[in-house]
Amino acid sequence: MNTIHIGFAGNPNCGKTTLFNAYTGANLKVANWPGVTVEKKEGETSYKGQKLKLVDLPGIYSLASYSMEEKVTRRCILEEDIDVIVNVVDASALERNLYLTLQLLELGKPVILALNMMDIVEERGMEIDLHRLPEMLGGIPVVPVSARKRSGLDVLMHAAVHHFEEQHSSRAVQYSPMLEEKIARLEEELGKKNPGLANTRWHAIKLLAKDEEVCRAYHIELPEVLDQNYEKTIINEKYRYIEEIIEDTLFYKEEKGAFTDKVDRLLTHPGWGMPIFFGVMAVVFFLTFAVGDFLKGYFEIALEQFSGFVLQIFSGMGVADWLTSLVVDGIIAGVGGILTFLPNLFILFLALALLEDSGYMARVAYVMDGLMGKLGLSGKAFLPMVLGFGCTVPAIMASRSLEKEEDRRRTILITPFMSCSARLPIYVLFAEMFFGKFAMAASFSMYVVGLFVAIGVAFLLHRRDKENNHTLLIELPEYKTPNVRTIGIYVWEKVKDYLTKAGTTIFIASIVIWFLLNYGASGMVEDVADSFGALIGHWLVPVLAPAGLGLWQIGVALISGISAKEVVVSSFCVLFGIANVNSKEGMAALTDQLGAFGFGPLNAYCLMLFCLLYIPCAATIGTIKKETGSVAFTLKAILFQLLVAWGVAVLVYQIGSLLI
Amino acid sequence: MTILEGTKDHTYIVTGICTQEAVMRRLEALGINEGTRLILMNQKKNGASIIKVRGTRWAIGKDIAAGITVEQEPGEEGKA
Repeated sequence: MNTIHIGFAGNPNCGKTTLFNAYTGANLKVANWPGVTVEKKEGETSYKGQKLKLVDLPGIYSLASYSMEEKVTRRCILEEDIDVIVNVVDASALERNLYLTLQLLELGKPVILALNMMDIVEERGMEIDLHRLPEMLGGIPVVPVSARKRSGLDVLMHAAVHHFEEQHSSRAVQYSPMLEEKIARLEEELGKKNPGLANTRWHAIKLLAKDEEVCRAYHIELPEVLDQNYEKTIINEKYRYIEEIIEDTLFYKEEKGAFTDKVDRLLTHPGWGMPIFFGVMAVVFFLTFAVGDFLKGYFEIALEQFSGFVLQIFSGMGVADWLTSLVVDGIIAGVGGILTFLPNLFILFLALALLEDSGYMARVAYVMDGLMGKLGLSGKAFLPMVLGFGCTVPAIMASRSLEKEEDRRRTILITPFMSCSARLPIYVLFAEMFFGKFAMAASFSMYVVGLFVAIGVAFLLHRRDKENNHTLLIELPEYKTPNVRTIGIYVWEKVKDYLTKAGTTIFIASIVIWFLLNYGASGMVEDVADSFGALIGHWLVPVLAPAGLGLWQIGVALISGISAKEVVVSSFCVLFGIANVNSKEGMAALTDQLGAFGFGPLNAYCLMLFCLLYIPCAATIGTIKKETGSVAFTLKAILFQLLVAWGVAVLVYQIGSLLI
Repeated sequence: MTILEGTKDHTYIVTGICTQEAVMRRLEALGINEGTRLILMNQKKNGASIIKVRGTRWAIGKDIAAGITVEQEPGEEGKA
């Protein structure tokens, strides 16, 4: 039995990914703002023995080819083997969603309409005539579903399989006689020139709309038919038909969207909007540091006990000293040291998930549009920057929602300056060691500095390029109570990533660093100063010294931090032989050892600044290369960030040294 | 008049769209066409606005707000 390929298509934020997750058991990220899914994702399931391949496509408003998401979705449906299209629509915004439905129907493939969010329809006192709606859409199956409550899922899959077997395609819109005549002429001509072309009607309509891709691939010489661009007429006629559908199928249109409007009056207020946003972010970071630190204590106790337990077992078994050192000083110190920061990260991820799922994130684009406009970017470019507080990799991918290539590149260049969660352990450790009761302020200042550097760089690039064509256009979804499952998936995926990183990258990095510090040209060394690590670190000392970072150990830690930023902390644990660096005793020991080299609060602050701004981690470098497709741009970005980090750290250290 | 000169909470009818070709087509595909009713929900000093069209809220930048010409809907001020 052949596998049926089902494509989930729909407007952004209509619940496609939630539905996809419900069927496939996948845990793809969902959130309440447009543009979360930026590339197609595939999964498998079965219905009554029939194998099904499900494809989750990026959310789109139309099948034109203006944005990257539209191009990806359109290409996937047209060129790849999508047998059935499940058009997921937000039933509470039916009028806007139906435009894509009418376009999908023209593709000539079986379409099933999945009416999602029917609970919101009921809440708002609206009713949809489920008999009339399919009639007006050419007889396609219309299935009410709730992706969140997981209802209607079997009926939807039954409809998809059945509709595929029937191979029933439908047509809904009948255009004006003038357009229909032109479409018929073009279909005839397309059929003659391309005998195998399955959906001539869709191609004919796209030729009339002067669609670039279709005109290039299926050029037709019929000047009397293609005498002008008919896209506007086609759009208007579709919307006229949608108005008829709404008139016939949607009843009791009582407006109960007042809650969102009331909240928006405050959160998007011309004067209060921006201070509220900064206040919200301050609360997020306060919770991250204050609540996270409280929970962190328990992790430290557990790590200390585990480390002691392993040491006891190893000495009881008579394990060789080098192996005990590798496990206790290398692996447990490196990996365990990182795990103790998990509570801080958990709180940060939870707060970001709540912001995203509530619907506030899209408002941030509007609130920040004024400031971003001065930088030659639209408020939409601020979204990847906020996401950068979590992880730079998805943040850089989110820049795909920007239409212009130059805007995307500028956003990609500045996003790594936003302090990601991997840098948090560095701040927590060094701020607590050197800034006492001002530790939280010192850590928080990193986020502010990162934001200002990003804004400053964007401003300078704007002045250089003199581009001034930013365009904000973003849907603002209804506010809703965050969903426990959605939040759970989001936080768990982030925590899992962190644990995986601790078990792989940080694990390997810890072993490599242990090796570099315990081996030299003559084999295993007694004095760490003879090790390979010391040799490498010494090369960097002259460069880092003007920034107050002239210790070879810091050079080694910074190089190893390129694999993942947390590795800077685990490197310090291994470099200075501290098993539980996050505990009071561990911090005191490290402060003493660093203090012996004259490393004080100013040096610590410069180290935090350097870690904030220097080369992003390996995963981010890979993502920048993938998203821009340019090795040259990626190398320039790396060099630029290194220079910025060095420049800022030197400036702060030199000025600070004069003042202190 | 354009949306830039509009008043918060007032309802308008779109009379025309004049902006870059690609943006114009995008707005039309989103259902913001001639004859469409829209409510101006919010507006910032820099011209960025929030409009509600066909039950959906959109945040638009100054350049788009300046490109959508509207006229006030008679007797329908402030209603959705």
